[in-house]
Amino acid sequence: MAEPQRDVGATYGTAATEYAADRAVGTSVEGAPEDTAGRSQLNLAFHRFIHHRMALAGLTIFVLLVAIAFIVPHFWKWGYAEITPSFASGPSLEHPMGTDTIGHDLFAQVMQATQTSLKSAFIVTVLATVVGTVIGAIAGYYGKLADATLMRFTDLVLTVPLLALLLVLANVLSKQSSNYIYIAIIIAAVLWTYLARLVRGTFLSLREHDYVIAARAIGARDRRIIFRHMVPNAMGPIVVNATLTVANAILIESALSFLGLGIQPPAVSLGNLIANGQGSATTEWWLFAFPSAVLVLIILAVNFVGDGLRDALDPRQTRVRA
Amino acid sequence: MSGFIVRRTLAGIAILFVASFLTFILVAESGDPLATLKANPHTTQAAIDAASARLGLDHSVFERYWIWLSHFVRGDMGNSTQGGPVEPQLWQRLGVTMKMVLPATIIAAVIAVALGILGAVRQYKLDDHISTTLAYIFYATPVFVLGILLKDFVAINVNNAIGHTVVYTVGDSTAGFTGGFGARLVDDVEHSILPVLTLVLVTYAAWSRYQRASLLDVLNSDYVRFARAKGVPRRRVLVRHALRNALIPLTTVIALDFAAIIGGAVITEIVYGWEGMGQFLLNGLQGPLTPDVNVVQAWLVVTAAIIILFNLLADISYAALDPRIRYG
Repeated sequence: MAEPQRDVGATYGTAATEYAADRAVGTSVEGAPEDTAGRSQLNLAFHRFIHHRMALAGLTIFVLLVAIAFIVPHFWKWGYAEITPSFASGPSLEHPMGTDTIGHDLFAQVMQATQTSLKSAFIVTVLATVVGTVIGAIAGYYGKLADATLMRFTDLVLTVPLLALLLVLANVLSKQSSNYIYIAIIIAAVLWTYLARLVRGTFLSLREHDYVIAARAIGARDRRIIFRHMVPNAMGPIVVNATLTVANAILIESALSFLGLGIQPPAVSLGNLIANGQGSATTEWWLFAFPSAVLVLIILAVNFVGDGLRDALDPRQTRVRA
Repeated sequence: MSGFIVRRTLAGIAILFVASFLTFILVAESGDPLATLKANPHTTQAAIDAASARLGLDHSVFERYWIWLSHFVRGDMGNSTQGGPVEPQLWQRLGVTMKMVLPATIIAAVIAVALGILGAVRQYKLDDHISTTLAYIFYATPVFVLGILLKDFVAINVNNAIGHTVVYTVGDSTAGFTGGFGARLVDDVEHSILPVLTLVLVTYAAWSRYQRASLLDVLNSDYVRFARAKGVPRRRVLVRHALRNALIPLTTVIALDFAAIIGGAVITEIVYGWEGMGQFLLNGLQGPLTPDVNVVQAWLVVTAAIIILFNLLADISYAALDPRIRYG
């Protein structure tokens, strides 16, 4: 049965299409012929990445945001939960992003919220990538029952809108705790399936390569073939997808928090800050504008890094949207 | 082909069955609909027992699933915890959501194709750069941020500039509206502009990049170069040779993204206060008498069925458009 390929990668990127397309962002992947003599794959990829202007800009912005979110709070005059004497005041030297109606300093809150988003995105990415890679690898390598089970399970996940599935899961969990770690775990519990499909697809084609057959012929054990030979060769798509998972995780976490099912006050997340700012978006515009701007900036930066990595490592992949 | 359709439909039903079982357990175990009732010290045990019996809570969760399933297959979606059957509400709300989702999908697809062609034909020119930049920005903007932005900053200024309300920011239609069919339609459109625009902008971005990529791929292929070489005019090559092939992959992407659009519609409905499927789901999950299992189940089964249908249509249209694809 020749079903059309439904793997995330295959569906979204026919060979070389995205490759050609995203050169528009300012890369030189196909542009000037590269001097490839005597260079390792990694070296080449690194070279391509640092010549990708938008990716570099994205990386710079991302690193800067991380640095501000994690370092500045130690020196900042207000804590994120501290109630300052002024309330509902616009941006000023004292409060660069203004204060909310109770008197929280918004700058401190946005930094704290960014920390929460980044930490939960990190957990999601690590969990989803590790679990997705291992399960995808097993399914792709062994095929048969393992493969059929995985594919039916991912069909199940893809049938229900991601957001609805997470709403149901978050609703179960938020009764117990709204800690960002729990939120991260439930997001990862859904997102790993995308990566598993991708790795499975890659493994299905890698399995037939000569070096794999050779390794098997000289008696290497399955575990060694999978982790020493095949996973390194599938690293490109995995890394690119991991980057895009960061962006997805941040978007999903903020959407859940916005709907009141993610991180709950008094803990802050960009999503619940934006939900707070929504009510007074016209009068106290800063309450909506700053958290939103930071959120968009993070996603934009991560997407640029992802594009750069894709061009550098693996031209065929593109992303999925939550 | 008919064998393929039958097989996929059966697989779809199996998936629906498993999904409905899993969500039923999850949702039913997530809380107690009678929590508020029990918290009240004046409630007698008899009253609790009566309410419990009315909602079927005196059965185990597996028995409750079986009761739900046996009713559902006979076309009875049960009652909500607030009383009243789920089904009429569901269809009414589905209509509201589709008023947003269908136009948004069609408009986004048209814009994506148009901008994809522009981007591929005028690659690296100024207009391509502008459209690329916009696509990146919209791609990175969460639905709720865009929705609030359009609602509180753009719409209000537009209405003020015109002098009366043209673009409504709340609800899917004017309550108690009386008027002929034409006036009704105008009212609907005025309410739909913002939500549809929001969904279009967050959706078209990825699609236009995809369309651009696939057209570039085709334009760089040998048969297009050959057509140009034998003297076929540029416009004719684009429309007759390149575009036809370049549109095929997008149909699959659109069908597969339909689930994401419905997800986005949940948030859009909340932002614009539409009484659609999204609010239906959230009401079933949060509120005084929740979890409302029958509501969530009805939502899930109908939405999942729509998505399965769209995926199937995608595969069929894929085969119809691309003769290389055959289903055995």
